[in-house]
Amino acid sequence: MSEGHSTYTPKTGIERWFDARMPSPRLIHDSFVSYPVPRNLNYMWTFGGILSIMLASQILTGIVLAMHYTSDTNLAFDSVEKIMRDVNSGWLLRYMHANGASFFFIAVYLHIFRGLFYGSYKAPRELLWILGCIIYLLMMATGFMGYVLPWGQMSFWGATVITGFFSAIPLVGNWIQQLLLGGFAVDDPTLNRFFALHYLLPFMIAGVVVLHIWALHVVGQSNPTGIEVKSKTDTVAFTPYATIKDAFGMIVFLFVFAYFVFYLPNYLGHADNYIVANPLKTPAHIVPEWYFLPFYAILRAITFNVGPINSKLGGVLCMFGAIVMLFLVPWLDTSKVRSAVYRPWYKLFFWLFVADAVLLGWLGSQPAEGSYVFMAQMATLFYFAFFLIILPVLGLIETPRRLPNSITESVLEKNKGGSGHPAGATAAPQTKG
Amino acid sequence: MSATDIHDPNRRDFLYVATGMAAVVGAGAVAWPFIDQMRPDASTLALASVEVDVASLQPGSSLIVKWRGKPVVVRNRTEKEMKDGEAVNLADLKDPIARNANLPSDAPATDANRTTPGKEAWMVMVQVCTHLGCIPLGQEGDFGGWFCPCHGSQYDTAGRIRKGPAPENMAIPVFKFISDTKILIG
Repeated sequence: MSEGHSTYTPKTGIERWFDARMPSPRLIHDSFVSYPVPRNLNYMWTFGGILSIMLASQILTGIVLAMHYTSDTNLAFDSVEKIMRDVNSGWLLRYMHANGASFFFIAVYLHIFRGLFYGSYKAPRELLWILGCIIYLLMMATGFMGYVLPWGQMSFWGATVITGFFSAIPLVGNWIQQLLLGGFAVDDPTLNRFFALHYLLPFMIAGVVVLHIWALHVVGQSNPTGIEVKSKTDTVAFTPYATIKDAFGMIVFLFVFAYFVFYLPNYLGHADNYIVANPLKTPAHIVPEWYFLPFYAILRAITFNVGPINSKLGGVLCMFGAIVMLFLVPWLDTSKVRSAVYRPWYKLFFWLFVADAVLLGWLGSQPAEGSYVFMAQMATLFYFAFFLIILPVLGLIETPRRLPNSITESVLEKNKGGSGHPAGATAAPQTKG
Repeated sequence: MSATDIHDPNRRDFLYVATGMAAVVGAGAVAWPFIDQMRPDASTLALASVEVDVASLQPGSSLIVKWRGKPVVVRNRTEKEMKDGEAVNLADLKDPIARNANLPSDAPATDANRTTPGKEAWMVMVQVCTHLGCIPLGQEGDFGGWFCPCHGSQYDTAGRIRKGPAPENMAIPVFKFISDTKILIG
């Protein structure tokens, strides 16, 4: 649903004054109050709002932490411990920031899987999807560089391994690696530039988020049926309906977040990162943060040379290729039907893909030996097969279920089967005829 | 735009092209220092050589020195390690090139080419896995050389890659014996 006529009418003198000069109250009213949203959105549609609040939380806690942190290899580790022990409420801010990164990724993965399940990436939402993929890439870069800052063993060796990817590039690889590190190994110059970039990137994310929301407001939200909004009865106003639903989703999400911050603050981290970085000793078992594990498993799955591509370059290409797949999804999926609700075979393969991603994540946390390598190779094969074979072929051979004529029809149809509870009509506005 | 504009290059055409060229050259000239500053700086490059006293190293022992932020192992190999290294058939090697900065870049990876003439017992090597830069553990793994705990690469007693994801033999830095007991690395 593209932007219709603005329903904003300035009421006070100040509003009229602004509206004639810079209509920002009108923009806010049209975007977050009167903006029509499909009436059948479920809780999977609350993650956009949750992600916004996590980004804001990360930026706020991050700015404050930067005031107490020192990006010098001799001082960095101790300055983080000082934040934990000496700075007032420092422990809370740091745990919020460290766990906030994890919860940011939990929300983004649910948001991405939502998009994959309901076909939210299909025309005309390709650009919206790609902007989301760019945000995800920026998040990964930010998360990686942030993990280096405490200068623990995992910080150092994670940085060594990940910058080592670039040395796999033929001819210019070593030059690029030295350019990133500012030296021959991860050291003071590396830590300083990572800190500067870690501070910069979240603001770039915020910029792309604005573009993401802009694109969203041009094409309108997708919805669980995947059918476009056809009439006014298909929608409800953003405020109060979506506002309240988003707020409730946020509160529940923040409850879980708070549980981790207060009761399991180091559960998602790694004990080795409380040992100061030692360039002469590699920990027995290097693992990245959990949100990179599936890609790490793909990297390590390539243990064989393919023609001129050696195993190292092959692993790096597959790892980056796994992310490139996401960018191509709008064109790999050939089905005309968006939502998996009406695609029985796609629904099955979607859940297999989710299981595969989780399996890859688990394999990434295991040592790269024995049967784990073979399992990772099979899981990697399925990962790419899902995008390159299943998505294109399924769209051509699958017979989708009958689609309802409109969002309203699907909502009313669903409601017909339910028990008659007249009082519920006020509690469930989306089912009102 | 009238038809008279389409004729020989005039003053305006010249200004267009000149402005465009100045903009391109200017953008490049401005971009370069931003990229250039990321390269290793003078103080990093100044740490380019170290001197090591190896008088105390008995056969079968090694020491590690930090050179350019990376560990360099100096190992006085045992008779058995040398024999094992010499016995390897070059055709069995994953990387047949010596990777010795003191030799031509295409020298074959024989045991002798991994050391220095007259001092074949001594391995001087950047102890960094050529896969993704972890530090392999010494005297472990199937080949009695080095084993990388990160992704399972195995090296033999001459630091040559034998098994696992690493693509190359571990690098031999530029070094020389400046006396019987002193090595200059870099």
